[in-house]
Amino acid sequence: MTTGHLDHSASRGDELADSGSAGWVREALRVHDEQAIQEGAGEVRRGSPQPLPGTVREELVLERIDRARRARPRVKEDRITMSHGAGGKATQTLIEAIFLDGFRNPLLEPLEDAARVRIGGSRLAFTTDSYVVSPLFFPGGDIGDLAVNGTVNDLSMAGAVPLYLSAGFILEEGFPVADLSRIVASMAAAAAEAGVQIITGDTKVVQKGKADGCYINTAGVGIIEQETVLGVANAQPGDVIIVSGSIGDHGVTIMLARGELDIEADVTSDTAPLNGLVAGLLAATSGVRALRDATRGGVATILNEIARAADVGVLVTEDAIPVRTPVRGACELLGIDPMYVACEGRLIAVVDAAAADRALAALRGHPLGAQAAVIGHVVADPPGLVQLKTAFGGTRIVDLLVGDPLPRIC
Amino acid sequence: MRFVDEYRDADTAHALAAKIADLCEPGRQYKLMEVCGGHTHTIYKHGLEDYLPEAITLVHGPGCPVCVIPMGRVDDAMHLAAEPDVIMTSFGDMMRVPGSAGSFFDAKAQGTDIRMVYSPLDSLKIARQNPDKRVVFMAIGFETTAPSTAMTVLRAAAEGLENFSVFCNHVTIIPAIKAILDSPDLRLDGFIGPGHVSTVIGCRPYEFIAADYGKPVVVAGFEPLDILQSIYMLMLQLSERRSEVENQYSRVVPWEGNRAALMAIGETMELRPYFEWRGLGFISHSALRMRHEYAAFDAELLFKVPGVRVADPKACQCGEVLKGVLKPWECKVFGTACTPETPIGTCMVSPEGACAAYYNYGRLTRTRVKEASRS
Repeated sequence: MTTGHLDHSASRGDELADSGSAGWVREALRVHDEQAIQEGAGEVRRGSPQPLPGTVREELVLERIDRARRARPRVKEDRITMSHGAGGKATQTLIEAIFLDGFRNPLLEPLEDAARVRIGGSRLAFTTDSYVVSPLFFPGGDIGDLAVNGTVNDLSMAGAVPLYLSAGFILEEGFPVADLSRIVASMAAAAAEAGVQIITGDTKVVQKGKADGCYINTAGVGIIEQETVLGVANAQPGDVIIVSGSIGDHGVTIMLARGELDIEADVTSDTAPLNGLVAGLLAATSGVRALRDATRGGVATILNEIARAADVGVLVTEDAIPVRTPVRGACELLGIDPMYVACEGRLIAVVDAAAADRALAALRGHPLGAQAAVIGHVVADPPGLVQLKTAFGGTRIVDLLVGDPLPRIC
Repeated sequence: MRFVDEYRDADTAHALAAKIADLCEPGRQYKLMEVCGGHTHTIYKHGLEDYLPEAITLVHGPGCPVCVIPMGRVDDAMHLAAEPDVIMTSFGDMMRVPGSAGSFFDAKAQGTDIRMVYSPLDSLKIARQNPDKRVVFMAIGFETTAPSTAMTVLRAAAEGLENFSVFCNHVTIIPAIKAILDSPDLRLDGFIGPGHVSTVIGCRPYEFIAADYGKPVVVAGFEPLDILQSIYMLMLQLSERRSEVENQYSRVVPWEGNRAALMAIGETMELRPYFEWRGLGFISHSALRMRHEYAAFDAELLFKVPGVRVADPKACQCGEVLKGVLKPWECKVFGTACTPETPIGTCMVSPEGACAAYYNYGRLTRTRVKEASRS
């Protein structure tokens, strides 16, 4: 098998069908050429008389990429793919290019977990979320408590005390009533635990095959009592970044519960209402600048949102990020990074460095925050970029994923 | 975590890095190629280059299974997937690879039945569950994944399963390495040999690199310390003017390879006279197809495959990146027109592709790293 021979004449392929016929390739190249013209001739031109040193050229390329990344988002695909729902880059582009563009208003623009509105003398937080998890029942929870906790948490991240929820059900013809009862009981229990009431709802049934058993939408309102307005855009260099517990438990649990992987591990979902934890944290210190729950896209996505919204850098230390051993093991086997795996009961807090100890103590004083840890801090430079000091001692970037993390081949 | 953390120990890494730096001869530049995409991934994911002296450059090789698939084969697979009653199955890595009319993900969004599997055996399961469908497995990969395809075909044959077939795109590593060695535009000092491929083929096939081309080869594991140690072993050979094949990954790689796996491949597959590699062109005897005894499982015979060759977009420099001639960021469209969101070239798709690894993990110059470590 050692008879390698490279046929250079055949490798050129200029005479072949032009693959650039795909519209998106042509479009991407057109934009690229436009940018190159705008930037003028002063850089990475081939055959320029005096080639710049490698490090300088690399720096120029990185700057060019930075500009490309800050360009106005556009959905390039003709159709929605699964990537658009995965919480990564594709989701972000879809939201900004289609929804934000269409609905644009100052209350929507911050794109926080919940919108903040002032009605009369009170400040309210308002949010909605849909749940399509498969399987419906998994170790540590089910679609019911997930739907309640998720909305409770989105309200909590706005610094609100969650009060009332709605529940909309889309049910597939043939769905077992016993399963529905089980889901509803679980929602009721989760609502009781979080101290919220489900006060309105809706039911639709669709033909068999038009949905996957049961989908739930919940919306919620809460009241904001504290003075400071939370938001990732508030992050400032020097702030610390805290995670409230081990990451990736929920996502790995779901992946394994689907039964496609033949991996068994002792993992359960971390789904939990975080309003109690947040109340304790906000009571302990006024130094909290932003809160986010690390759902779809995981911790890595939240860190990127911080970097982008506040135009700051984020530097985290891999060693400091709590990941439970079975979660890490499953991720290692699959070639997936736990930083991108969803949590349903973990928050990321951006906190003024002076208040870090108080915040950490407050979180650790609550059962859901017992493993809270400082994982890194906000830096001035390079803006928009999340860097990770690896346990091995190197440095790398943590970028947004395009879509779902895909398992590696080998 | 056992069997992981001991291979990522920063103190050991510092000690090794110092020894590597000591072996650098003043004024000499070293270019070492890691053949395997898995190594490229590890290098960037763990920030391994931070440990290397500036005299050592790691050149990323052609061993990324997804990256070497030419656009025409993706188009062929799309064509297969669109045939009536076909369920196309493939590894997750393949889903975003662009053909000339989009990727598997795009085709899936338009209603084509394409499913992601974790093993070819999953495809077999799908075939059993859907007797009225024709299940095709898009087989890709080097000798690492070929045995699992072979075993799956053998099992399908034993079960008498008639609705399962393989669209075989397995390639072999040695001809690609030879093509690179013979390529005039690249001078390399040594090779970090592929680990997983070698668990199957062993270390012997690399001996010609050391004997005929005078380049040292160290077969390496996939943890960062494995790679750092293999770099040390290469540097030691270079400093002692030796060129040998050494096995750093002896905890997994037997010198003679895996006989059972090779037998399974040999039983079901044979070398093609030639195969097109993305960016590298046609390389003779560089890929596998189903043997005629297993024609019943060969999708290329069961279906009409157009076999159209599609040229890469002219701006795409995947070939130069795959051969290690260009660093990913030196490609004209890197990071602007070609990004993980809208990959033009395959190197930007797979996490093992040099461009994707650099874009996702390594997009930092050394100055930026130094700034970060100060803060």
